[in-house]
Amino acid sequence: MKRFTDLYLSLDATTKTNDKVAAMRDYFATTPPRDACWAVAALAGKGITRTVRSALLRKWAAEASGYEPWLLDACYGVVGDLSETLALIVPDPTAQDRAEGDEPLHVFVEQRLQPLAILDEAGQKKLVLDTWRRYDREGRLMFHKLLRGALRVGVSRGLVVRAIAEVAGLDAAVVDHRLTGRWRPSAEAYAALLAREQAADAPGKPYPFMLASQLDIEPDTLGPVADWQLEWKWDGIRAQLIYRRGQVYIWSRGEESVADGFPEVVAAAATLKPDAVFDGELLAWEDGRPLAFGVLQKRIGRKRVELSLFPEVPVVFMAYDLLELDGRDTRGQALAERRALLESTLAGTTGLELSPRVSAEHWRDVSARVGSARERGVEGLVLKRRDSVYAGGRARGPWWKWKADPYTIDAVLVQGQQGSGRRAGLYTSYTFAVWDNGELVPVTKAYSGLSNDEIERVDRYIRKHTVARHGPVRVVEPDLVFEIAFEGLQESTRHKSGVAFRFPRMSRWREDKQAKDADTLASVKQLLRAHTGG
Amino acid sequence: MVTHAHADHARPGSSRYLCAEPGLGVLAHRMQKGAKIDTLGYGASLKLGDAAVSLHPAGHLLGSAQVRLEIGGHTTVVTGDYKTEADPTCDGFEPVPCHELITECTFGLPIYRWPPADEVFAQINAWWRANAERGLNSAVFAYALGKAQRVLAGLDASIGPILVHGAVHGMTQVYRASGVELPSAEPASVEAAKHYKGKAMVIAPPSANGSVWMKKFRPCATALASGWMAVRGRRRFRAVDRGFVLSDHADWPGLLETIRASGAERIGCAHGSTDALARYLAEHGLDSYEVSTRYEAEDDGAA
Repeated sequence: MKRFTDLYLSLDATTKTNDKVAAMRDYFATTPPRDACWAVAALAGKGITRTVRSALLRKWAAEASGYEPWLLDACYGVVGDLSETLALIVPDPTAQDRAEGDEPLHVFVEQRLQPLAILDEAGQKKLVLDTWRRYDREGRLMFHKLLRGALRVGVSRGLVVRAIAEVAGLDAAVVDHRLTGRWRPSAEAYAALLAREQAADAPGKPYPFMLASQLDIEPDTLGPVADWQLEWKWDGIRAQLIYRRGQVYIWSRGEESVADGFPEVVAAAATLKPDAVFDGELLAWEDGRPLAFGVLQKRIGRKRVELSLFPEVPVVFMAYDLLELDGRDTRGQALAERRALLESTLAGTTGLELSPRVSAEHWRDVSARVGSARERGVEGLVLKRRDSVYAGGRARGPWWKWKADPYTIDAVLVQGQQGSGRRAGLYTSYTFAVWDNGELVPVTKAYSGLSNDEIERVDRYIRKHTVARHGPVRVVEPDLVFEIAFEGLQESTRHKSGVAFRFPRMSRWREDKQAKDADTLASVKQLLRAHTGG
Repeated sequence: MVTHAHADHARPGSSRYLCAEPGLGVLAHRMQKGAKIDTLGYGASLKLGDAAVSLHPAGHLLGSAQVRLEIGGHTTVVTGDYKTEADPTCDGFEPVPCHELITECTFGLPIYRWPPADEVFAQINAWWRANAERGLNSAVFAYALGKAQRVLAGLDASIGPILVHGAVHGMTQVYRASGVELPSAEPASVEAAKHYKGKAMVIAPPSANGSVWMKKFRPCATALASGWMAVRGRRRFRAVDRGFVLSDHADWPGLLETIRASGAERIGCAHGSTDALARYLAEHGLDSYEVSTRYEAEDDGAA
């Protein structure tokens, strides 16, 4: 456990990708498979799930420390991380407790984590208290992170794959594929990840997704437009649709199996003639255009979709790539060839849409297409090199995403709340308002977009200009104006203003503006009508 | 009356100052040239109007003082900034019995429990040694007055050369002149950086982190020495490689012990987690209240 905790702390201590990979490589190279499999599970988010409710952990920590729950909450406000707060607040082990020594990671998992899933509350409490008694602050932090099923240590699955591939002397794509889909930690499963020979795949196994990079160079440096396949950048759920031996599987980008939520897509895929694997997007779709993302959200996380949702939220699978046909992996073929196969495979099916190619002769036409994206209900364009193969992960070059400019409004900062993680203890969570009949009406929250210096200045402003406190929230004098950028708007009954923003962030601090210069609710609602086409 | 010479507590421009005797050098260094500064030995009493005033060691930095006021048999102690842990660069904190105690509470939450300073210095020295073995300089960011000298005092000079930023150097000279023994340290010049490349320890104020000034020490591992480093998020926000939990303020157990030892019935909580500490004390049967102060939160490095 100590070795994994040390790995966690060194991953947490650096933001440099190479250092993170090196730390993991060192760990995997020197750790027995029965422990290493659990490290993979924890780091790549595979097979460790939350077993104890946070509310119970809080309660027991309050009891163990002798502090009232309100004081724990005050501490949490400063630390911004429940696992860490609880680790810091419960009593440290005595020298005698410490002498009991460390346990290997698999023993820790088998004897301290897994039993929690089946124990009753009293049994859980006993085990949690015993673990607190025995481990120091860092060990307790690790325990809580594992308990809650998420490490959040700035390690993407891609980095874990890279480290393992380097240890095993394998191509990262091979390890990535082996780890994709339903992978369960065991010494055998770990050995299979690193094995020289490929074992037979499970029938529903997906391929690693290929990702586009943000276009941050001049388009005309990309060569002739004819070398590129242009497609709309859909605003839905990226998914892989698998039809093999009469079975349909749908995997989201987060490697969740989501087929249960989209029975009409499953039904449509089942009418395919050959076995095939598609890359594409689940979209709420009506009258030949996508509906706002929020409409699709109602389907996410449902195990069974109530029939009543069907007429309201019609969903299609918009296919844009073909990864496998008749049991043959097509990822090594050029996109132009895969596209031809995709078109012929989809011909004559219903419910599976073909993502159209967008035509353009010159880069200025492409730019104009991006400009029209908002009115079509898409986010922009994706540019794919016609000669590129399908490779998992986000490589610069073969795929680019060119997003339409976001919408923006100017809004006034009216409330602040302390952030979490690295922003703990600072006021970094803001509420913004616009004018409506001479009053400021809160319309959205935003957390990101400011530099560290700006964050500290706004933090000081909030502390000095608080006019009221409601629990953790400070209401401030409405003076500061920020430009808020966002990707879309939706009508909302849950928000007092009647609108909900999609991906709001602070694009600029308008120090040149005063509160009176901010936008009005009427102008926001006008944007809403333009966005939804209503 | 100045409890200690940090910028948020001592400002230039007053016509007269009063501070504890060991703090004369540092206060004179920080105030306007020719500022008139009177001193009072720790424990000595001075009559000001109806009040008997005395200053007592606060353990925060060289010359830091608690202020004891006695008026008509009622004693009030204002702690100023203080820590209860021993520090070789200044007189140790002394609990002062009183009726009313006004305590700072920068770290007035139970998550703040400091590891023993000798453990922290062992970590700093081990980190320095490991960096030097990899050919990296080490830089510890610490407030130029107080923390920097405390860090210097805790370094193991046998590991390598110690270089100090100009702001730290000036104040370190004042400490030496005031009789505090410290390992020798050179000004962190370009020449020194070249000469000691890859093995030096640099002590600089937190504002130097990420500055052009730091470039000459590359490659360099960085760390911040502060009580705030007890929380990971704070360290990550500061973008340093390591955070050492080293504070010149009392931690939660230190605050509670000080309050207990004072025997005071009424406790004012100033600066920091005032609301949490005041509420906690009230729930434990003490008459507590929050005191608002005019000084702002200190820089991370100061605490």
